[in-house]
Formats: sequence, C-alpha cells, structure tokens
Amino acid sequence: MTDQFLYAVEVMINGLMAGVLYALVALGFVLIFKASGIFNYAQGVMALFAALTLVGLQQGQVPFAHLINAIFGTEVHHFGWHLPGLVAIILTIGVMVLLAIIIEKVILKHLVNQEPIILFMATIGLAYFLEGFGDVMWGSDIKTLDVGLPQGASFWVEEKTAILGTDNFYGFFIDKLDMVAALVAAILVISLTIFSQYSKQGRALRAVADDHQAALSVGISLRFIWVLVWSIAGFVALVAGIMWGAKSGVQFSLSLIALKALPVLMLGGFTSIPGAIVGGLIIGVGEKLFEFTIGPMIGGATENWFAYVLALLFLVFRPQGLFGEKIIERV
Amino acid sequence: MKDIAEGYVTADGRKIGGTLMEMKNITLRFGGVVAIKDISFDIREGEIRAIIGPNGAGKSSMLNVISGFYVPTEGEVWFRGEPRPQMRPYQVARQGIARTFQNIALFKGMSTLDNIMTGRMTLMESNMAQQAFWWGRAQKEESEHREKVEKIIDFLEIQAIRKTPVGRLPYGLQKRVELGRALAAEPKLLLLDEPMAGMNVEEKEDMSRFILDVNDEFGTTIALIEHDMGVVMDLSDRVVVMDYGKKIGDGTPDEVRNNQDVIDAYLGVSHD
Repeated sequence: MTDQFLYAVEVMINGLMAGVLYALVALGFVLIFKASGIFNYAQGVMALFAALTLVGLQQGQVPFAHLINAIFGTEVHHFGWHLPGLVAIILTIGVMVLLAIIIEKVILKHLVNQEPIILFMATIGLAYFLEGFGDVMWGSDIKTLDVGLPQGASFWVEEKTAILGTDNFYGFFIDKLDMVAALVAAILVISLTIFSQYSKQGRALRAVADDHQAALSVGISLRFIWVLVWSIAGFVALVAGIMWGAKSGVQFSLSLIALKALPVLMLGGFTSIPGAIVGGLIIGVGEKLFEFTIGPMIGGATENWFAYVLALLFLVFRPQGLFGEKIIERV
Repeated sequence: MKDIAEGYVTADGRKIGGTLMEMKNITLRFGGVVAIKDISFDIREGEIRAIIGPNGAGKSSMLNVISGFYVPTEGEVWFRGEPRPQMRPYQVARQGIARTFQNIALFKGMSTLDNIMTGRMTLMESNMAQQAFWWGRAQKEESEHREKVEKIIDFLEIQAIRKTPVGRLPYGLQKRVELGRALAAEPKLLLLDEPMAGMNVEEKEDMSRFILDVNDEFGTTIALIEHDMGVVMDLSDRVVVMDYGKKIGDGTPDEVRNNQDVIDAYLGVSHD
C-alpha cells in the first residue's frame, strides 16, 4: 500500500470521528423534530449551556457570581469544592431535565397548535436567551472541561498500524477522545432505539410523533411527552457538549456547531435517527476527504463550505434526505 | 317508553344496567356559533346508544364533549354517578373512555400490533425508571399486555396484518385497527365516531358484527354516531336524534322512527 493511500485512509477515519460529533448534535434536533414538529434552533446552545453547567458544577463555581458581586459588593467566586466527573454529570442531567420542564411550562404550553414558524421563532428566542443566561450564570471566559476522558493520540493504534506502510509512515494518528466519542454515540443511539421500540414511554413518544389527537385519545399526556423528549434532547446535548468541550474547550462558539448540524439534517432527513448518524458521518468524511484531495488545488479552507454545498445538492435531488419520509401530497 | 329506571333486559337477553354517563343541559358555543344547544341524555351500562342526525347537527361535537376534546360552555357531564370536573382528553381516556375518530387517527408509521399496544397505555403501571432499565415490572408487564393484544387481534380477524405499518392498509382495515386500539384499553365506555363511514356493504356488515360482539362478549357500553339509518336501527338499543344542535328525539329505534320531528328533519319539510 502506498503512503498516499494510507494518509487518505487516516483522513477518512478522522473524518468519521468528526462526523460522530456532528451526528450527536443532529440527533438532538431529530428527537425534538420527530416528537413535536419543532425545529429546535436552540439545540446547539443547549449543548453549550450543558457544558458550561457541567464545568461550573464540577469546579464549584458560584452561579451568577458577577451579578451577585455587582449587587452586594461581595467577592464570591467559588464554593471551594471540586466534584468528581460522574457526580457533576449526574447533577447536570438534573439541570437539563429542569430546563426541559421550564421550557414546556413557559414556552411550549402557550404555543400548542401554532404554526411551525412561530415555534421556530420561539426556539430562536430561547437560543439567545439561553446563551445570555449561560453567560450571566457561569461567566464568559473559555473553560477547560475535564471529566476524565482520555486525551491525545492513541499510541497503541499508531504502533499497530505503522507496519502497514513504508518507513516514512508512522501509523494512523487517531485521537483517543474521538474513539470514546464514537463509542458513546453508538451506545447512545442503540439505547435510544431500544427505548423507543420496546418501552411504554418510547411507544408513547412515537405515537405523539405520529398523531397528536390519537395520542390524546389513548391517554397519553402531550405535555409529559414534551418534557420527556426535551429532557432526552438535553441529555444528548450534554453528551455532545462534553465531547466538543473536551476537544476544544467550552467556549461560546460551541453554539455555532448547531449550524453544522443543519447540512447533516438535510442529508439524513429531519425525522430519522439513523439518518442523523449516517448524515453526520458522510459530512465528516466528505469534508475531510475533500479538503485532503481537492483542497490544495483550490486554496484550501473547503471545510467551511463543503457541508453546505453538499446539502444543497441533496436538496435538489432528494429533498427528503437519505432516510426521511417522502412527502406525497394527494390531490 | 318502557320504564327503565333500574335497568332492564332486552329482547335478545342482554342486561342493561343503571346510568353510566349522563349529559346534563350541555351547551357548546364556538364564538357566536352554537354547536350544541341545551342537550340532556343518558347512557346506560351495557347498552348500545346511537347519536344520529343530519350533517352539521352537532353529533361529533357531542362525542368530543364526552371524550374531553371540547369543553362544554354550559352544563355538566356525569360519569358513574359523579359530576366530572373539567378534564383533558388524556385524563378522560384514563377514566376508561376510549374512542375512534371520524377521519381515522392511527399512528400511521407504526405496525398494527404497536398501534393496538398503545391502546393499553392507560393500563400499564411500570414507571419511567423501570422502563428505562427494562427491569422489574416493565418486563413482565410487556408480555402480559402483548397477550391481551393478541386476543384482540384474533377477535378482529386481523392476524395477517399484525406487522404491517397501518399507513399501508386499506381504509376498511384501518377502521378495524382503530377499533382494536380502542378495545385494547378495556374501556367502560366506547365511543365510535361514524365507524362505518365510507365502507362498502360487506365491510359494514363486518363492522356491525364486531360492534355487536364487543357489546355482547365484553359487556362494553357503546355510544356511536352513524349516518346510515338502517345500520343504526339494527344495532342500537336507544337513539338520540340531533338537528341543528338541538335534541329532537330520544328513545328506542321504533319510537324514533315514528317521531314526526325526526321524519321532518331527515326528509325535509316546508317551513311556512
């Protein structure tokens, strides 16, 4: 095998790993869209908020410290504890469930039966509110997130694969964190699938996604399901937030990755969980390979736009995405 | 009219009990439009009660009031001897009132089996944690409910389409699956909104047979809306007739058939 080919393979593997992270964010979108027909613009910000909360809780930051200090003239910043990663994660899950309950009570409840565009606007409002709220609550400095996930390149993989190429080839360079992310995403998708296929609440979730009226008539409380689905989306956001945060630090640009999830959704379809995963992987691999092969010829930086152009092509030829339901209108 | 204060036995030997549900002076307004105007009637345990009337008479609105989809502007709904507080549809369902819809409302992406399983939602008792970890009651419960659902599938003769997504089924079968889902809840009161609308003669006969069998075998109380007068007269024990939101007749099929107001409403009469 030539080294050139092996490099391409390495780029592809790294693309797959990046794709997993896109897929995680897209998954949150799909869950909410399926259950309530709402395109939740705030999904990316939820990932940011979850990561901020996680770091804040773990490091014992005092929430609203700046606000409190400004009003009362005090100087509080830290409670002085440092929680283990797992405890902080569990507490953050609690916060995300609380957030879901508040979103349902304050926003969704009042917008039942409104046009999708109204609900979409509401989630844009929610996104900016949550971003500002996160800022006030935890401060706007870039934080490092460390919940004990392995970091750095895996020497084991590097060593084992070095023999594939010539002497100039040093083996595949793969981030351990990416491997963990892929594993976590796989577990997450499998458990979500099992939950929705074989449990009572999962069935209720699918029922609500299908027909609100019919769901009510068999005794399903829509409001409970919405809280449930936003909680699950919050949990998925937390997982995405942890992975991105551990990779590149918890910073406010994290909310922008939500935009990368859009082309993923165009590809995978808005209503398909496997679609979100496959779409994420295709975009991840696609943009890395494109940058590797075509990039040098046209001056690079193709990763900024490749995903969107690919999505555009998909919109032209297969508007429902790879796995989305085809919309057939009877006339 | 027969004296039916304490219940009675029908000509074909079915026992009709006391009052299960009573509508007391129900009025329903949407803005300036009066959909239902001061209507009272009762539904007795074990009977098949029909609500008939021309298009736009307010029959579906009445069914929606019973099932909690509409909140009456005035009047009270009494269920099992107690006035019912204002309830959301899912709470009504949990009280043991199941329904079908005029324009079939099934979960189209789900299989027949899954659709009917959702009907048992109100009877499942395991909690979220047990569900999430598939532990304790959740596991046993699933197979118990599955068994009951298989019985309903046998009863409705839809074994062949158990795994088919219902969106792909023909109309008549969809209606049958919807009935199955309502039955799965083991309801005390079953509401059927035009169960035979859009069916051919053969399908209508099947559906009539199922309705009679449900009532006969499980003793389920049924309230149904139907357009087809012939079907209504054959099926039901008592009939309420509505026209322009008002009640114009109430009694056995024979009494209703000979009621002058009802004849006028159906055949039309010159108002001079």
